[in-house]
Amino acid sequence: MKYSHIILQIVLAFILSVSFSACGNDDDDDTMDTPMVDFSGTFGLADQKGRPAINTVFVSADRKNEFNTTVPSEMEDKFQMAFQDRLLALNAGYTTNALGLDAATFTGVLATDVLAVSTTGTTTFFDGTNVLTGRTLADDVIDVELLLIFGGPDGMANPGLTSDNVSANDKPFSNSFPYLATPW
Amino acid sequence: MLGMLAVALFLIAADHIDAPDVTNTTSDIADFYAFESEENGDNLVFVTTLQGLLSPAMTPMAAFDENVLIEVNIDNDGDNIEDLVIQMIPRDGKMYAFRPYAPESPGTTSTIKDDMEPMEVDITNYGESAKIGTKSGSKLFAGPRDDPFFFDLGAYTDVLAGNAPGFSDPGTDTFAGTNVLAVVIEVPKSTLGGSGTLNTWVETKKKQ
Repeated sequence: MKYSHIILQIVLAFILSVSFSACGNDDDDDTMDTPMVDFSGTFGLADQKGRPAINTVFVSADRKNEFNTTVPSEMEDKFQMAFQDRLLALNAGYTTNALGLDAATFTGVLATDVLAVSTTGTTTFFDGTNVLTGRTLADDVIDVELLLIFGGPDGMANPGLTSDNVSANDKPFSNSFPYLATPW
Repeated sequence: MLGMLAVALFLIAADHIDAPDVTNTTSDIADFYAFESEENGDNLVFVTTLQGLLSPAMTPMAAFDENVLIEVNIDNDGDNIEDLVIQMIPRDGKMYAFRPYAPESPGTTSTIKDDMEPMEVDITNYGESAKIGTKSGSKLFAGPRDDPFFFDLGAYTDVLAGNAPGFSDPGTDTFAGTNVLAVVIEVPKSTLGGSGTLNTWVETKKKQ
C-alpha cells in the first residue's frame, strides 16, 4: 500500500516534469493541452499611416520609403518644406485655406502624419462643424483634403478641383461591429 | 476589350502609387480609421486595412502575414510619440490583440510583451459571416471586407499630370468592387488615457 502510493507519486512527478519541460522548451508537441504561442522577436517599421492619402499626395517618389519609416515626432522637421513646395506646385495661388492656415502652417500640420481623434466629442474628419477629430468610414476625406488644398480661404476657389464627385462608398456600412461591409 | 485593358493597367498603376518598399507586400497599409463606436459611446474603434485593391477572385488567397505586426500607436500627451500601443498579429488562423499598454520603448522597433493574456479571434475566411472576439469590453475582427475607401484616383492622376482641367462629374470610384484585409478593434476609451484628444497612427512592423 505504502509502496504503491510512493510509486504513484513518482509516476505523477515524472509526468508533470515531462509536460512542464515540453512547455518550457516551447516544443511543438501536438499532444499538449495548451499550446504555447510564440510572439518573440523584434519587429522593425515597414509602413505607417495617420491621415488618408498624405504620402500619396505630398511625398515625392524618391522619399516615400523615407516618409514611411520616419517617426511622426520627426516628420515636420524632415518634410514640412517639401510639403510646402508640393502644395504651391499643386496650387500656385494658395494663400490660406478654410481653416485659416497659411502654406507653412498648413503643411506643418500635414507633415506630421497622425490622426487626431476626440475621446469626448464627435469623431469626424470634417462634418461642417468639427474638423480633424477622427475619421469615420463614411467621411469623404478626399473632398476635405481637396477643399483645403484648392478651395482658398472661403472654399470657393478652383471649383473643378475641390471635389472628386465620389461622395460615398460602393456598399453601405453597418452600424454594428465590425462596421465594414462584407467583401465583394 | 480595350476598356478592360485600360482598367487592368490602371489598377496596376494605382497600386504602385504607394511607397516602393511596401507596395504589393503583406505589410502594405491601405488605410486607417479611428472613430467613436456606434454600439457604445464609451468605446473607440480603430480600423486598419491592408493589401488594397483585391479583386473578388484574389480575395480568398489573400492572407495576413505571421511576420507582420500591426501596431496602433496612441499619443495621449500631444508630443507625437506613442505612449500606448495596441499590437495585433496572426498565428495559425487566429488574430491576437494585445490591449493598450506602454511599449518598452517608442520608435521604429517593437517587441511584444508576452506576459499578458492577449485577446484572440478566428480569422474570418472569405464568404464566412464575421467572427467577433470579445474580452474585457473590447472586440476584435480580422478578415476580408469591402474596401471602405472611395476616391476617383484615375481623375486625380489625370489632373496632376495635366491631362484634365478638373475632376469628372460624376466621378468614378476606383475602389468600387474591390476588397481589403481588415483588422478592426474596439476598446474602451478609458484604456487610452489623455484628456480629450489623442494622436493616433498605425504601423506595420516586420519580424527581423
